Amino acid sequence: MTDTAPTATTTAAIETHDLSIYYGSFQAVRDVNLDIQPNRITAIIGPSGCGKSTVLRAFNRMNELIPSVNTTGEVLFRGQNIYKPDVDPVEVRRHIGMVFQKPNPFPKSVYENVAWGARINGFKGNMDELVHSSLQSAALWDEVKDKLDQSGLSLSGGQQQRLCIARAIAVRPDIILMDEPCSALDPIATLRIEELMRDLAKDYTIIIVTHNMQQAARVSDRTAFFSLSEDGKRAGMLMEYGDTKTMFTRPEKKITEDYITGRFG
Amino acid sequence: MAASNLQGRHRLGRVWLVVFQVALVVGIIALCALLFNILNGSFGFVAVEDTVSPESLAVNSVPLEELDKDTLVQILQAHISAGLYARYEFDKPFAERSAGEVYDLILERVVEPRFVAQWSLYETLTNGDAIRQQVAQEFPNARLEFRSWLNSHFLRAPQSSYPEIAGVRTAVLGSLWTISIAVLFAFPVGVAAAVYLQEYAPDNLINRIIQTNINNLAGVPSIIYGILGLAIFVRVLGQFTSGIAFGASDPATANGRTILSAGLTLGVLVLPLIIINAQEAIKAVPNSLRQASFGLGATRWETVWYHVLPNAISGIMTGTILSISRAIGETAPLIVIGASTFIQVDPEGPFSKFTTLPIQIYQWTARPQSVFRNLAGGASLVLLGLLLTMNATAIILRNRYRRSL
Repeated sequence: MTDTAPTATTTAAIETHDLSIYYGSFQAVRDVNLDIQPNRITAIIGPSGCGKSTVLRAFNRMNELIPSVNTTGEVLFRGQNIYKPDVDPVEVRRHIGMVFQKPNPFPKSVYENVAWGARINGFKGNMDELVHSSLQSAALWDEVKDKLDQSGLSLSGGQQQRLCIARAIAVRPDIILMDEPCSALDPIATLRIEELMRDLAKDYTIIIVTHNMQQAARVSDRTAFFSLSEDGKRAGMLMEYGDTKTMFTRPEKKITEDYITGRFG
Repeated sequence: MAASNLQGRHRLGRVWLVVFQVALVVGIIALCALLFNILNGSFGFVAVEDTVSPESLAVNSVPLEELDKDTLVQILQAHISAGLYARYEFDKPFAERSAGEVYDLILERVVEPRFVAQWSLYETLTNGDAIRQQVAQEFPNARLEFRSWLNSHFLRAPQSSYPEIAGVRTAVLGSLWTISIAVLFAFPVGVAAAVYLQEYAPDNLINRIIQTNINNLAGVPSIIYGILGLAIFVRVLGQFTSGIAFGASDPATANGRTILSAGLTLGVLVLPLIIINAQEAIKAVPNSLRQASFGLGATRWETVWYHVLPNAISGIMTGTILSISRAIGETAPLIVIGASTFIQVDPEGPFSKFTTLPIQIYQWTARPQSVFRNLAGGASLVLLGLLLTMNATAIILRNRYRRSL
C-alpha cells in the first residue's frame, strides 16, 4: 500500500503522502500514505496509542490546536496540499467537518447549535429550512422538532451526538471526520448512529476512527489498520489498507490478523 | 488485628474533623466580634443639650414647627450673624427655600443641639438606669435619646466638624466614583489581557515571565500601588488627571490628586486580580467546546467571542466582584494619592477632589473626641451595606448570564 497510483490523485477525496506527525520530538505517526475514496466510509482501526486519532485530526488540521504538534508530508484535498503555507486552516475545517468522541453540543438551543456554524460561514439562505434539513439528515428532526428552543444539553447522549452530526452537516462539508463517535453511547444509540452513517455516505465521504472492530466491520467500506512500529520507537504506522470485507476475512499481514482476531490490542 | 487498626484510623479522622470544626468556630467568633464592635458603636444613648430651647422660639405660643416660612426666616436672621445669613442667601436665596429647609437651618444654627455624652449599645442595654441617673445629675438641661448613628440625615449630609450634623454623603459619592472608574478601567483591560494570555499567547519564555509577574503583582502591598499612582497618575500625568489638558479645571489651583487618579490607581491595584480570576474562568471552559467551534470552521476570534467568553462570563464576574470588594475598602493607596480627609462638597466629576468611606472612617477614628468613634461605626455600616449591595447586584447579574446560556 505504500505506493500511490497516479490516478488516485483525481479520484481520492483525501490523499496523504509520507504524512508524519510529531509531538515535540516524539514521532507519533510515520510515513502514512493513504487515499480515502469519496462517498465511502473508511474506518481507521488499531490498538491504543497507534496514532489513529492523530491521523484523523491531521485531515482538517485540528492537530494544530495543540502547540507542540508538527506535521510533515502532504495531505491532498481536491488536489491541493492543505499544509501549504497559503492555505487557511479555517477554510479547510469548513470543508472537512468533525464529530468528536464525546458529544459536545454548544450550551445553546438546538436550533442555534445547527445554525451557528452555517451563519459564521456566511450562509445567506433560509436558515429554518437549513436547520430542518440538517436535523432531518441527522435523523433527529422527529425527536426535537418541538424543542428547538431547548438547550442542546437537555437531549440524551445519543441525540446530542446526532445533533453534533447535524451541526457538522449544516455547513455543507465534503468530508466528515468521526473520532470514535459512539464510544460514549449505549448500544441502541450506537446502532442509530451507525444507520445514520450509512445514509450519510450517499452524500458525504466519512472517515471514522473506532476501537470497536465489529463497528468497523458493520459500517465501513474500507478499513485502514494502524499499529505501532516494531523498531521500539512506538511510532504509529499504516499496516494494511483495503476493502473491509477482504481485511476482515483474508488480511494480508499476520499482524492484522492477530489484531482482528483479538490476539492483541 | 485489622479491626483495631481500623478504629485507630477512624479516631484520626474524628480528630481532624474536630480540628476543622474548631477552625470554623474561631472564624465565626472573629466575625461576630467584628459585627458586635461595629454595632456597639453605631447605636446607643446620647445626652443632647439644646443651646436655645425650641420652646423659647415659639411666637405667640405657636410652636416652632408650625410657624410659616417668613416668621422662620425672621427668627433665623435674629439669631445668626449677618455674615452667615448673607452666605446662606448666597448659597440659595431664602425666597427659593421651603419652610422645611429653613426649619432645618434653625435647628442646626439656632437650637444647635449638642451631644454632651454618648454611650455604646452594650452600655445602653445593660446599664440604662445608671445612665439616666448620671445624666440627670451631671447634665440637668440635657435630654437622653436613643440614637442610631446610621440614619437618613447621616447618609444625606456632607462631612462636618460638628458630630451632630456630620454625614457620609461626600464619602459615599467619592467611593462610588473611584470604584466606577476603577471598574471601567480594569474590567475591559483585565479581561482582554486574560483572553490573550489564555487563548492566544504561545507557551514561551516571555509569556511565562509575564504570567509569573502578574501572579506576583497580585500580592504586592497596596501602599506600593499608592506610590505608583502618585508618581504616574498624580505627577507625570497630572495634566490629564487634573483635567487641565481638557480645559475642565482651573490651571492655577488644580492638581492631579483627583478622583480620576484614585480610580486609576485602584484599577491598577485590582488589575492582576481580575486577570488571574478571568484566566481561571476561561481555563474552566471545556476544551471540547473550542474544538467543536474550530471543527465547524470558526476562527479563533469567533470561538472566543461566541463560546469561550459567554461560558466564562459568570466566572469572570465573580472574580471581578471579589476584586472590587477588595478595592472599595482600600485606604492606604488613596492616602498616598492624596485623598482629602475633610471635604464638604460633592464630587462633581472625575476631576474633583474626593474622599472615600474608608478614609472617612480612618479620619473619624483618629479624632480625639470619642463621639466621632460612633460616627465611624455608622460609616462602617454604610461601607458594609455598600459592599453587600454591590455584591448582590453582581451575583444577580451573574445568575442572569448563567441562565441565558
